[in-house]
Amino acid sequence: MEFFERFAIPHPSFAIYASMVAAGLTLIAIVAGLTYFKKWGYLWREWITTVDHKRIGIMYLISALMMLFRGGVDAIMMRAQLAVPDNTLLDSQHYNEIFTTHGVVMILFMAMPFIIFFMNFVVPLQIGARDVAFPRLNALSFWLFFMGAMLFNISFMVGGSPDAGWTSYFPLADGESVGSHYYMIAIQIAGIGTLMTGINFITTILKMRAPGMTLMKMPMFTWASLITSVIIVFAFPVLTVALAMGTMDLLFGTQFFTLENGGMAMLWANLFWVWGHPEVYILILPAFGIYSEIISTSARRNLYGYKSMVGSMVLISLLSFVVWAHHFFTMGQGAFANSIFSITTMAIAVPTGVKIFNWLLTLWKGKIEFTTPMLYSILFIPLFTLGGVTGVMLAMSAADYQYHNTMFLVAHFHNVIIPGVVFAMLAGLTFYWPKMFGFMLNEKIGKWTAWLLSIGFLLAFMPMYVTGLDGQARRMYTYSESTGFGPLNMVSFVGAAIMAVGFVLIVYNIYYSVRYASRDISADPWDARTLEWATHTPVPEYNFAITPEVASSEALWDVKKKGHVLFKGDYEKIHMPNNSGVPFIMSCIFFAWGFSLVFSLWIPAIITTIGIFICMTLRSFEKDHGHYISVKEIEDTESEMRGA
Amino acid sequence: MKIDHSLPLEYSTEENRLKILGFWIFLGAEIMLFATLFASYFTLYDRTGSGPTGAEIFHITPVLFETILLLTSSFTIGLGIHAMRLGRKKAMMGFFIVTLLLGLAFLGVEIFEFVTYVHEGAGIQTSAFTSILLTTLGTHGAHVTLGLFWGLYILIQVKRDGLTPETGNKSFIFSLYWHFLDVVWIFIFSFIYLKGMM
Repeated sequence: MEFFERFAIPHPSFAIYASMVAAGLTLIAIVAGLTYFKKWGYLWREWITTVDHKRIGIMYLISALMMLFRGGVDAIMMRAQLAVPDNTLLDSQHYNEIFTTHGVVMILFMAMPFIIFFMNFVVPLQIGARDVAFPRLNALSFWLFFMGAMLFNISFMVGGSPDAGWTSYFPLADGESVGSHYYMIAIQIAGIGTLMTGINFITTILKMRAPGMTLMKMPMFTWASLITSVIIVFAFPVLTVALAMGTMDLLFGTQFFTLENGGMAMLWANLFWVWGHPEVYILILPAFGIYSEIISTSARRNLYGYKSMVGSMVLISLLSFVVWAHHFFTMGQGAFANSIFSITTMAIAVPTGVKIFNWLLTLWKGKIEFTTPMLYSILFIPLFTLGGVTGVMLAMSAADYQYHNTMFLVAHFHNVIIPGVVFAMLAGLTFYWPKMFGFMLNEKIGKWTAWLLSIGFLLAFMPMYVTGLDGQARRMYTYSESTGFGPLNMVSFVGAAIMAVGFVLIVYNIYYSVRYASRDISADPWDARTLEWATHTPVPEYNFAITPEVASSEALWDVKKKGHVLFKGDYEKIHMPNNSGVPFIMSCIFFAWGFSLVFSLWIPAIITTIGIFICMTLRSFEKDHGHYISVKEIEDTESEMRGA
Repeated sequence: MKIDHSLPLEYSTEENRLKILGFWIFLGAEIMLFATLFASYFTLYDRTGSGPTGAEIFHITPVLFETILLLTSSFTIGLGIHAMRLGRKKAMMGFFIVTLLLGLAFLGVEIFEFVTYVHEGAGIQTSAFTSILLTTLGTHGAHVTLGLFWGLYILIQVKRDGLTPETGNKSFIFSLYWHFLDVVWIFIFSFIYLKGMM
């Protein structure tokens, strides 16, 4: 009996039972549907074993959207709990678990896969490559991320979620329940996948660019992806070590972050933020890249200040590693350290400001077309700047004693992440949707969504600046009426509800456009400037029949305006990698391994560890040189696509 | 697969060149991993709680053995790669076997060393210092262990397929890995053992 008690739900409630039923029914529906329509083989051959960067990208997208709704439900529950004083909708433990999972899911399992979706789908097309450098490693990266996310997501149904905040500070993350075990192990599995993505994309971008594309002729999104990948490679190993040390503390009784025998809880905080702060820029730089593409396309002008854009991104990436201690100005590190980190933190505003001015100067004298992606981009500029300004306020270490651990901080980071990252993701999603699926999303619904999200965002987060300065602490699960926080928190709840409507509208937009949108669109519906729009829609397996030759960062624009010829020469046979089931199977074993460790099931843990080694051994001995697409096949595909 | 014969075997195809660059970047990530461990070590090395200090448990003899074994193995794998470039399969395999045996001996001494630590009351749970000490050494040791399997697999493949662009590439990448472990050991030797014994 004791054995099974570990898997029980720690605080059963109607909401949890309802979601268990919903999850069960969804699973049954998926299995039944796949069996009924005989799609198992299709799913296995075309998706699960795929090594095609475009399909892996789309799988990242689906996962990210799913996690957006999971994290969104968490958010709504939190705002509902705080909407009125002395609310009893959630108890304190449940509230702790919800803000923890909201943070982890949104940052690591929503925003990360969303940017990696763009990197996967766009970068190889934008640099004129056939695939990424290591297609199989790419598949393994995706499946590891996916299994890590799933392991994290079952925590609220099996054993209990982590409850120590997304930063999981020790000694709060004491491991009395399995929640912190889930945190350490699920993020570890997903993190390994992300690290390999970083390695893969640095190699891809450095070595697989089309002829003529020097580094300073790369499109801005590719630049952002390169710099992001570099940050990933330097930041994620720190997280790997921190999580491994945390896992050992929880499972094996080591003394890294304990309070006795020399353990140092502050070491966790340092290691976490040495990764955690660059992580913020891992999210925002690709978002900046997407805005750059959309703004120059919709303003019909080339990007103002290309070199300063690149320079500012490099500078941001360097500064991102020297600011981590601003996360604990109030934890007694002394005036000198606080001053240093205060200055480095404020310094980041400079290159960011350079970028904002570059976008504004791109818009200036541009022939602006107000498409949905452009609407998001234009809303982004003032909203994000607001968040940037409050960021500089927070960077002042002396003033931080007022802001610390209040809703002011919560308002600030949502103020940069939502207009900065989420709007970019939605703008980019709308922008690249026709390239992925061959039809446009509805513009009218799209614009409604953008406005609803912006208004909902302002209503939800602006009141928090006020209540925060008034002293409403973050992570407080309820408050008394005498504090006077009630009305503003109700406004926040209304704002969150409006945002929720906006997100539901996105789903409706997809449904509506699948049914009614015209399929008769060109390969270049936005009249865009870069290489990804130069190939057919949908993109053939090999991306480009002939490797393009480029002369500037806006290769397709050159074709349209200067008569540049992209595709010279004749078709040649194309080498492509074969599909493989190993990444998926290996990741499934990783899932079982993680689950065993979470619940300290040592025998399954040993068996699955051996399983992982067997997979690696098999891969080492495998002889697989891929396959060739013959000239005949290319000709057939190309003429069919041109005909259609 | 286009093979460029003007280049060394391990660089001779496009795929090979990608793999070598990718592995260098991976080593960049590994440097960060060990750097984090070292930074944590320096943070925690005097936080010994009720456990022993480094000066009390470190012994120079096994550490010198370990150092000599690993440094020699780095030399022999270099000779192995040289033999590979000359196309001498047998010599290459011989040097690889010597390398792996030296690695195995290193691991044997390290396990002996760990057992001694535990006997002297310096287990992984004793104090923050012993936790980070054994984790740092153990991470390096785990890398060596993994390397032994990896090297063995490559040897079997060289025996089976001969020296092809593919096996040549695998051997070369493995040699980069092995040299890297040696470099990490030099840091462990200097900043953990020598500094700890002072």
